[in-house]
Amino acid sequence: MKINRLGIAAIALAAVGALTLSGCAGGGAATPTASSNAKAIITTNGSEPQNPLVPTNINEVGGGKIVDAVFAGLVYYDEKGAPINDVADSIKSDDNKTFTIKIKSGLKFTNDEPVTSSSFVDAWQYGALLSNAQLGSYFFENIEGFSYDEDSPLTGLKVVDDTTFTVTLTDALSDFPLRLGYSAFYPLPAAAFKDIAAFGENPIGNGPYMLAAKGAWKHNEKIDLVVNPAYDGGRKAKNGGLSIIFYANQGAAYSDLLANNLDVLDAIPDSAYGTYEKDLGDRAVNQPSAVFQSFTIPARLPHFDGEEGKLRRAAISMAINREEITKIIFSGTRTPASDFTSPVIDGWSDKLKGADMLKFNAKQAKKLWAEADAISPWSGSFQIAYNADGGHQGWVDAAMNGIKNTLGIDASGAPYPTFKEARTLITDRTIQTAFRTGWQADYPGLFNFLGPIYATKASSNDGDYSNPKFDALLKKGSTESDLAAANKDFQAAQEILLQDLPAIPLWYANVTGGFGTSVQNVKFGWNSVPIYNEITKG
Amino acid sequence: MTGYIFRRILQAIPVFLGTTFLIYFMVFAMPGDPIVALFGDKTPNPAVVAQLRAQYHLDQPFIVQYLIYLGGIFRGDFGLSFSGEPVTAILARTFPVTARLAILALLFETFFGILVGLVSGLRKGKLFDASSLAVSLILISLPIFVIAFVGQYVFGVWLGWARTTVSSGAPLQDLVLPALVLASVSFAQIVRLTRASVIETSGLDFVRTAYSKGLSSRRVIPVHILRNSLIPVVTYLATDFGVLLVGATITEGIFNVPGVGNTLYQAIIRGEGPTVVSFVTVMVLIYLVVNILVDLFYGLLDPRIRYVK
Repeated sequence: MKINRLGIAAIALAAVGALTLSGCAGGGAATPTASSNAKAIITTNGSEPQNPLVPTNINEVGGGKIVDAVFAGLVYYDEKGAPINDVADSIKSDDNKTFTIKIKSGLKFTNDEPVTSSSFVDAWQYGALLSNAQLGSYFFENIEGFSYDEDSPLTGLKVVDDTTFTVTLTDALSDFPLRLGYSAFYPLPAAAFKDIAAFGENPIGNGPYMLAAKGAWKHNEKIDLVVNPAYDGGRKAKNGGLSIIFYANQGAAYSDLLANNLDVLDAIPDSAYGTYEKDLGDRAVNQPSAVFQSFTIPARLPHFDGEEGKLRRAAISMAINREEITKIIFSGTRTPASDFTSPVIDGWSDKLKGADMLKFNAKQAKKLWAEADAISPWSGSFQIAYNADGGHQGWVDAAMNGIKNTLGIDASGAPYPTFKEARTLITDRTIQTAFRTGWQADYPGLFNFLGPIYATKASSNDGDYSNPKFDALLKKGSTESDLAAANKDFQAAQEILLQDLPAIPLWYANVTGGFGTSVQNVKFGWNSVPIYNEITKG
Repeated sequence: MTGYIFRRILQAIPVFLGTTFLIYFMVFAMPGDPIVALFGDKTPNPAVVAQLRAQYHLDQPFIVQYLIYLGGIFRGDFGLSFSGEPVTAILARTFPVTARLAILALLFETFFGILVGLVSGLRKGKLFDASSLAVSLILISLPIFVIAFVGQYVFGVWLGWARTTVSSGAPLQDLVLPALVLASVSFAQIVRLTRASVIETSGLDFVRTAYSKGLSSRRVIPVHILRNSLIPVVTYLATDFGVLLVGATITEGIFNVPGVGNTLYQAIIRGEGPTVVSFVTVMVLIYLVVNILVDLFYGLLDPRIRYVK
């Protein structure tokens, strides 16, 4: 998952900003010219990468945006999230367990090293090795030979010749080819392993863009990328380069957009939610993205296990008016959830059996809560833990008020000062309340929203949910040879989740953004990042 | 004089050790595991976390971590940030930017503050005095982020006279607007301090004597009144310079200045021990040096103040 932490920046300040900004909108708009300039540099917002620019060590959007531009993987995702071959010529498998990958020949890194099958195999071996402590190492956990306990080579990777290699997984995984567009699977040139720290400062890639010069990454300021003339894949740039400016605060980026100092912005600050559509007109962007938000009620909490737990979970879910909260608190920048995934993902459906659990229904909620009380009377208060540095207070308070008023119980938010404090209590299982959870997809597949979170003993199963029927359906989906059949299984698996409600789905975060008057053809991809190579300016 | 300076520098050593220890302890005691937070909403594998913890010495007891850090400092090694950058490089990059911003703000507030304060003090109760008091009252009562947002919107977005944010490299012309914002609050304080001090000094015997000796106000005002009124102002300016240097977090955030305040704020949020402690240590050193300089400067302003060996 790619973490977006910009939202942490001072929310309270931003709220005041809204007051001052909302008064006067508009200003002088430049007249767009007809012809675009192929050499023009697009300026856009970013944030200082939190790790060196080694693809297997990138797990947040600041660095992700850069490596996605600088590297080309086996596949890339189009606007809808469908995988399209980039370096790969073909990816084939008979059993979804052993994959034969052929890559295009004649491709080069920007240091003139050829891109061969070893470029991939060596990079993946590096990323998976425990002692390299790469943040993205979990992406290789399905490949034979992977170990979290000791340094062990991925025996499932075999180089056949310069343009062919095979991957053997421990179990069948139908969506493995779909994962290959994620940054952890990018190739690395041999030069990287000579001095990985220096490489992390000045990465050498094979993607549509490359660093403008050695030292183009000016820490905390910006990074300048220019077009890589050697790149000839489907993401060939239609502009002259990118200048990604790092903002510690989204409000500053938004002001720059209004003043025409910035061409493309992919995150509208909370403070401008009420005004940005008026400020920007048809240059405003607001569309669902692959971000799912929920809160998790661990079964170990009293009253939330078994039949009683099911009733209480359903009652709480129906006591929350998602429509109203997304409209009023989020000014329409969230879309009420109707499942556990995201509308931008192939296979998403709002017609799953049990989706009415996610609709506000005070009468039914009261009835279910009373039924649960008949099993064992309710005591205590219901709380949701959240990190106070992420702008969550508004919706938590609104949702808690809904529960309080509908069910007549004591309900409140439980704020923790920082993200890291809340996450630590959640991961070591010492938290004694429900807690906020969220998921941003790594790759555009339904499985990514389900497997890592709700499968028994899965890595991010913070609520320790376990249901053998759900596990079996996930497994069945993973072994299907055809993605449509797999998606059917995953939908059936979600219908079990809708009965059990290990987490209460809330809404999908939209990507909100905007662009300046001098750029055209700005579209946002499935992963909320603008498709930079398509943008023209002039 | 040199003995005095030497003694002051010796005093600085325990202060330095004490503050680094305290700050390190506070960062250590902050709840939550920074490594777990690196993974966002995703739960990392325990083995990967253990590996990363060992890499940043976070698996060691507090005192060992502190000694490793202190040992590094004496070898000129301030540790690494999570992005793998040496903290010394971050310090070298951010302090000059903030220093430029601070000096610019200090120049604005000193010049305008003393000028307006002096005129107000000399024309006590007149229209200029009343309006300058009103303006300073408004500036003092407005939170700085309001001034910053309004300034950014009016001059950056609306009129287009200044850049809305500071561009790469933080050139001086981009820093003018944030410096004016930073200077505004202190400007108001300096106006009030200078005014009060000037009024008080004007009533003192030596001023009357100077006038009765037949000196012109052109000589009395700068040499006798102003110079003797400046001690409280200089004290204030010194503290203020320290505050500005150690980072105006809010203003730097709003104008996206790649300076100390911005960087330190991010490091605190991420729980990056070495970065936080190193920054604070440098800040403490700056405070110590500025304080010594101010004490020496008093002697220049008021000949009655002398330093004994």
